[in-house]
Amino acid sequence: MAQTVGGFLLVLAVILPAGAVLLTLMSGRHAERIALLVMPAGLALALAILAGVWHSGASLVYFLGGWAPPLGIALRADGLAAAMLVTTALVIGAVGLFARGSFSEKAAGAETRAPLVFWTMLMGVWGALNAVWLGGDLFNLYVALELLTFSAVPLVCLDGRAETLAAALRYLLFALIGSALYLLGAALFYGAYGTLDMALLAGRVRAEPVVYVAAALMTAGLLAKTALFPLHLWLPPAHAGAPAAASAILSSLVVKGSFFLVVRLWFDVLPGLPGVPAAQMLGALGAAAIIFGSVLALRQARLKLLVAYSTIAQIGYLFLLFPLATGAAASGIWGSFAWTGGVFQLISHAVAKAAMFMAAGLIGEALGHDRIARFAGIGRALPMTVFAFGLAGMSLMGLPPSGGFVAKLMLLTAAVTERQWWWAVVILVGGLLAAGYVFRVLAPALAVTGRPLVLHAPVARSREAVVLALAICAVLLGLVPLRPSELLQIGRPPLLLDPAP
Amino acid sequence: MSATTLYGLCAASLVGLGLYGAIVHPQPLRKILAFNLLGGGIFLLFGVIARRGATPGMGGDPVPQAMVITGIVVAFAATSLAIALLLRLFATTGEASLRPGAPTPPGNDQAGG
Repeated sequence: MAQTVGGFLLVLAVILPAGAVLLTLMSGRHAERIALLVMPAGLALALAILAGVWHSGASLVYFLGGWAPPLGIALRADGLAAAMLVTTALVIGAVGLFARGSFSEKAAGAETRAPLVFWTMLMGVWGALNAVWLGGDLFNLYVALELLTFSAVPLVCLDGRAETLAAALRYLLFALIGSALYLLGAALFYGAYGTLDMALLAGRVRAEPVVYVAAALMTAGLLAKTALFPLHLWLPPAHAGAPAAASAILSSLVVKGSFFLVVRLWFDVLPGLPGVPAAQMLGALGAAAIIFGSVLALRQARLKLLVAYSTIAQIGYLFLLFPLATGAAASGIWGSFAWTGGVFQLISHAVAKAAMFMAAGLIGEALGHDRIARFAGIGRALPMTVFAFGLAGMSLMGLPPSGGFVAKLMLLTAAVTERQWWWAVVILVGGLLAAGYVFRVLAPALAVTGRPLVLHAPVARSREAVVLALAICAVLLGLVPLRPSELLQIGRPPLLLDPAP
Repeated sequence: MSATTLYGLCAASLVGLGLYGAIVHPQPLRKILAFNLLGGGIFLLFGVIARRGATPGMGGDPVPQAMVITGIVVAFAATSLAIALLLRLFATTGEASLRPGAPTPPGNDQAGG
């Protein structure tokens, strides 16, 4: 594999947010202005990379410093990475516009550190995520993963209350053990095959014990960071306690970083290894997460906790990708419904959950509390926000024509055509439960009350509009054609071994 | 038993001890220390791999050594962040523990955002 034209764009995608962080730290102010200036540039860059991948029909590749692997480090953008880059830039941009109101430096008053930390860490998360999407080297990805954690943890405890500090510490401890296990697996890979480049490793791995141990360690570590059931304990307090803009980033993007690495590990590094029992086990954990997360979401009294538990359930859908994609005919994983559906769930959940968390934040700000039982009349006071919440909820339930519908329908199709009907049952039950918890919020919110609701604090119309725009994006995602996507097949590794049973 | 095997076993037991401590101990400070033990085991393993993969005439393969240095920097940063959070938690609540009532109880009336 050689370097391609336009590969320098990949470096820029990582450098740009990192440069924003450095500039903010050096100047010590203007954090918001710098971040808002960088956001459109980052979006343009992501779109340019997407266009480059689409037109050339192959991955963009860049070797850092001109050193080719195994000695050097490669950055690669395949169709999957390009799609994630654009999704990230879109969600970060929307969150930035939304946060303009709540973290603006003038409005903060006494506590001026919170906006500085928020904008710096937002840029840090962005840079780390771009490094995760583009990284081609397992150790480099470890550093990106740690950067992601270090940027995400301060976002949890921005307001400094004791329970958010405890939530941040618990999150950090889970994440540290997770990345240590990942690093241990990477060390074993290096010890066995003398390289950490994913493309080179894919050609060298054989079905031997060290590979299984390394893959198991790395997968377990990444699952802890992704908060897959039963390693999800840290997620609800951390995501529900953070300010709304931060929750949106944490829930929609940060947990996807480590999930993405599980996908890279299983489908890029170990594409040909027979792993059907392991894939079925990941699917079973995902199914348990769907049921457990949805049932707990139904039982929450507070809106933000409900949304956080719904994230646990939606993460579960992502893991159905493993049994369904490995169950597809070995030659056709990349062209299968399961592959496209799984990746589509990744993207559509990112957009819908960001919109939903921001809508929940606006409702909480307007009412001064987020207890669902006392939502009567909010639908009339904040019609745009409640409508946005409902649209995002449509995508989580999988109602047409939303992005979530397309993703879940593809997974369902894969489950039925591969005769793995038990996953189909879980997908359908999960959709019903999701409908339950979304309606549990909408029913009191839309209830007719005698007297108009007195709002605790006014909510800027522009912020409502941002949330609604993102929710509409989540619905518009459903207009993509219902067939395996060609973009997501670009740059996928060839399947070397036939995983004969 | 060769030196690399001995060090390899040593690394494995450090990893085991660290993982055990991180899972079993409820106190955050002990968990942080256990994480460092776990990290130490992994770095030692990298050292063993560097030694095993040495080309003739060299003390070790330089690539794992470079990774150990990066790993140590990352682990140091992680430990400082965790300790800073723990100190802040202690300053706010008066106890350095995650157990009693630390997660927001479901009946809590705070909007949290």
